[in-house]
Amino acid sequence: MLYREAGEFKTSYAQDSQTFPIWWDRLWYQVALVVGFLVLPFFMTDYWANAVFVPFLIYAIAAIGLNILTGYCGQVSLGTGGFMAVGAYAVYKLMTSFPEVSIVIHVILAGGITAAVGVLFGLPSLRIKGFYLAVATLAAQFFLVWLFNKVPWFYNYSASGQITAPERTLFGIAVTGANTPAWAKYLFCAVFLFALAWIARNLTRGTIGRKWMAIRDMDIAAEIIGVNPLAAKLSAFAVSSFFIGIAGALFFAVYLGAAEVGEAFGIQKSFLILFMIIIGGLGSIFGSFAGAAFLVLLPVFLKNVLVGGLGWPSDLAAHIELMILGGLIIGFLILEPHGLAQLWRVLKEKLRLWPFPH
Amino acid sequence: MLPDQLLFAMEVTLNGLMAGVMYALVALGFVLIFKASGIFNYAQGVLALFAALTLVGLQNGQIPFAHLINATFGTKLHHFGWTLPSVVAIALTALVMVGLAYLIERLVLKHLVNQEPIILFMATIGLAYFLEGLGDVMWGADIKKLDVGLPQGISESIESVTDAWFGYGFFIDKLDVVAALVAAALVAALTLFSQYTKYGRALRAVADDHQAALSVGISLRFVWVLVWSIAGFVALIAGIMWGTKSGVQFSLSLIALKALPVLMLGGFTSIPGAIVGGLIIGMGEKLFEFFAGPLIGGATENWFAYVLALLFLVFRPQGLFGERIIERV
Repeated sequence: MLYREAGEFKTSYAQDSQTFPIWWDRLWYQVALVVGFLVLPFFMTDYWANAVFVPFLIYAIAAIGLNILTGYCGQVSLGTGGFMAVGAYAVYKLMTSFPEVSIVIHVILAGGITAAVGVLFGLPSLRIKGFYLAVATLAAQFFLVWLFNKVPWFYNYSASGQITAPERTLFGIAVTGANTPAWAKYLFCAVFLFALAWIARNLTRGTIGRKWMAIRDMDIAAEIIGVNPLAAKLSAFAVSSFFIGIAGALFFAVYLGAAEVGEAFGIQKSFLILFMIIIGGLGSIFGSFAGAAFLVLLPVFLKNVLVGGLGWPSDLAAHIELMILGGLIIGFLILEPHGLAQLWRVLKEKLRLWPFPH
Repeated sequence: MLPDQLLFAMEVTLNGLMAGVMYALVALGFVLIFKASGIFNYAQGVLALFAALTLVGLQNGQIPFAHLINATFGTKLHHFGWTLPSVVAIALTALVMVGLAYLIERLVLKHLVNQEPIILFMATIGLAYFLEGLGDVMWGADIKKLDVGLPQGISESIESVTDAWFGYGFFIDKLDVVAALVAAALVAALTLFSQYTKYGRALRAVADDHQAALSVGISLRFVWVLVWSIAGFVALIAGIMWGTKSGVQFSLSLIALKALPVLMLGGFTSIPGAIVGGLIIGMGEKLFEFFAGPLIGGATENWFAYVLALLFLVFRPQGLFGERIIERV
């Protein structure tokens, strides 16, 4: 009795084409919003914000971005870390060059700059396909990281080569810098995630989303029925990079506070976010959330069990953690290649019939 | 007498070619697996690391999982107290790699038949993480020295000969020369194997068409174990070369990332392509670093190979020697 659609009759087009056509879905969605925006901020502590919630929110944005490119448009990208670095360095340059402009505008502009860079590196996708493209996006990853390391202009000639986020306020409350309260970090990221997820959801179920999916399923056939591959692929790269750029900007400015490009935005980050969308589910917005939550919670959980519970030295725990992560990924792919989102779909299907499955 | 700058450039080119051979050694393993199963095996670099770790561990008589056992039971184990001769250790490691290939087929690949390539690719990334963790848990994460008796250091004979010819001694590492010879032998052996033996034919049949091969009675699973064993063996050789050169440590697994542009350039399906691609990449990045590196800040080797491969692909999407991509609706 937790999820059913019996007795729901649509009487207008607006009702029929709404984002969550089933009442129960709407209920879950609204409960999540109320808990996320009105309940959690009051209980936010530094530990929970830094260990779980803020990384979750930021990775969810990045995962949605990559899911648009890989899950919806079918272009595998291993350059996510590099694009996040573009967002981070763009927001840093903007913050330090124009201190009087609002941080919100900076973050959005950083997304825009990343989108432009993404389109540039997306251009070869018109010629190169499949794994060749995946490897080609590594060019973006390595080149961008090298660039931010070697050109001192990007890190304002600081001696350490690091970038450090100065304090910026929003409505009189610090959202970046050392004095930011935990709830402000959380809420700032949550608002961005909500807005971006809303945009992504509506883009992917509209014309442009269908074009992306047509390209993903078979690009030549899509071209023949009138989808312009140039526009579809480049728009996917642009939108995806916009999301990833914002995620990178928030990751640096709100979460880390100070960053060194090779450490914070290396190739490991690209793989982490790719894992998120694979485990969560390719081509699903909910899957991006689920995958991000899973991969943020897993290390915290393992660390608590192995180091806290069994008392192992932390380097051994880190190696075991690698093994468990690798094993889980393989296990997931074998048991459910379509990810957590598919499990959720199956569960809903079961619940619709429950308790009379026949 | 030739001008100094040209002599330098020649030396850099030679060293680049040698480095290229080392990349090609890793790329070979990729090509073998991709040809036979269509799997893009990201774990190849970690296989090399794992093989090198196992080799060092066996050679020095380390107790596997000592760290884990100590943490669990509070003991202080570390070594058995004996050392094995290199040949025995290498043979044992090769056996371990065959066992690993069997396990990979049994536990992973068997369950993923008929999945999309991207899923298989992700599975090999999972495998890479797992093996990396396993290698560290088994043998410890500290940097180890690997010495199986290969010649190392500058080759005096080449230096003196070139000194007599040009008035300038070329600096070439003996190990690189050995690596080049080994790579040549390996390619020759693999070519002979795949052209003139029964199993080589089976391997080519599977690479050509899985279903047709199955229908004439070739065991797909056996071929996969075989191919992963060979890839494991190639990884072992790459691991020995790289491990001798720069020590056995985590960064050894990153040579996979150096091999990827080699693959793109040479094509995923061509063994000669892997060698030629390796040579071009190795020479290109060393020359670029030599000429352009000082102007733009150095350390260009990380990305130059990728950008070169990317530019190449724009004009030839299947790589230099790859099979022509024919697209049908």
